Amino acid sequence: MSHVPVDRRYAKSHEWARLLPDGRVEIGITDHAQHALGDLVFVEVPEPGRVLGAGEACAVVESVKAASDVYSPIAGTVLESNADLGSSPELINQDCYDKGWMTRLQPASPAALNALLGPEAYAAQLAAEGG
Amino acid sequence: MGRKTPLHGQHVALGAGMVDFGGWDMPVNYGSQIEEHHRVRRAAGIFDVSHMCVIDVRGLDSRGFLRRLLANDVDKLQLPGKALYSCMLNADGGVLDDLIVYFMNDEWFRVVVNAGTRDSDLLWIRARAREELAHLDIIERVDLAMLAVQGPEARAKVVDLLESTDREAALALQPFSGRFCGEWFVARTGYTGEDGFEIMLPYEEISAAWLALVAAGVAPCGLGARDTLRLEAGMNLYGNDMDESKHPLESGLAWTVAFEPASRDFIGREALERVRAAGGATQKLVGLVLEDRGVLRSHQKVLIEGVGEGEITSGTFSPTLECSIALARVPRATGASVQVDIRGKLLPARVVKPPFVRNGRALISLSKNSI
Repeated sequence: MSHVPVDRRYAKSHEWARLLPDGRVEIGITDHAQHALGDLVFVEVPEPGRVLGAGEACAVVESVKAASDVYSPIAGTVLESNADLGSSPELINQDCYDKGWMTRLQPASPAALNALLGPEAYAAQLAAEGG
Repeated sequence: MGRKTPLHGQHVALGAGMVDFGGWDMPVNYGSQIEEHHRVRRAAGIFDVSHMCVIDVRGLDSRGFLRRLLANDVDKLQLPGKALYSCMLNADGGVLDDLIVYFMNDEWFRVVVNAGTRDSDLLWIRARAREELAHLDIIERVDLAMLAVQGPEARAKVVDLLESTDREAALALQPFSGRFCGEWFVARTGYTGEDGFEIMLPYEEISAAWLALVAAGVAPCGLGARDTLRLEAGMNLYGNDMDESKHPLESGLAWTVAFEPASRDFIGREALERVRAAGGATQKLVGLVLEDRGVLRSHQKVLIEGVGEGEITSGTFSPTLECSIALARVPRATGASVQVDIRGKLLPARVVKPPFVRNGRALISLSKNSI
């Protein structure tokens, strides 16, 4: 059973977004996504300054099996990306909700997270998908 | 739903992720593909390869028929149990399949072909047998299942399951040879670049053998690890690295084509002779090592400055080398370095001669930024 923390919100495409106390938004991929991908061996994260639309492909995660796009759950500007993923992509497999964060954004709108799924709704989606 | 091997229930019970492979419902991994890979390189792993098809060719004409059917020459097989890797070609020299053929006795050879080509191979072999008017029985051994136990500790683990009278002889088997141990045919062959055995055994016995080996500490391994292991070992995968549209001379398989003796008229020979007469294949299959971060994948475009373009046929992240490696079909004039188009970025790769890894050791020198 996939882990779905309640302190953040989710995109249908299996990314999470967490509002930090200073107003920035941290994003990453969910436990369900990392499990489905398998062992990650390469992660490409967006450069600071890049302006992202909601749902825009912003990063790539590659497992031994395949490469997959990661979509930004919200619109915003990239402030920083997780440099540790360059040498240790497995951080996403080990700790996708904390050490495996991918990017921090300045959200285009403070209400950006409202359009995303709450943890219950995301968990229900996983159940419906059989995961 | 795909076809199931007799171990399907075991795979599901172990929590394997199941995928379709050539029409078969097969385990891709049981958790971590990379961990499974390392277990084979460092200790021992076990693969269910019951989806592969065992075909017995029996009859007085079997040797003569296989000398016509296969691009390699089964006359190299004179000792019972000896194995040979070969391509089976169509008249145009295209690769219908790659296979292993074992010599059992003068009236019996055993051929093991790929799962995805099982049905077309059987049709082809039977049609050629009729055409040649060969006195043969072509028997699909659906009563057999198959295990591959691979890794430096694999042979020792397997012989523990054999009758005490068979153990010494099994351990004494030379690479690429096999023998019957009771009803099991045990051969020192594999698809990982490690030592080990492949075992063909009665369908109803595979489950107990699997459980005993897993209980002895042999790691269950899925098709995911099988693919990274074989690619590190520089072994082609049918359907990726060659198929009906490619001949062996442009697939890194010239070494498997026996042009001598010149009198042996194997199917596809004429076409390959024409290629040779025209100066040889215009393309070649090479190994690539990515010299930047990223992962090479099949169908990525390869650019060779001043020469032209090629294509990656198999690519992955190599768990042993901790960098990305690939097989690629490129123009013959390709030199020591190329560029690969990965999502619009051109990244440098070095051309190497496979294998990349054999018996747990890297066979290629690694660039400065890895290891």
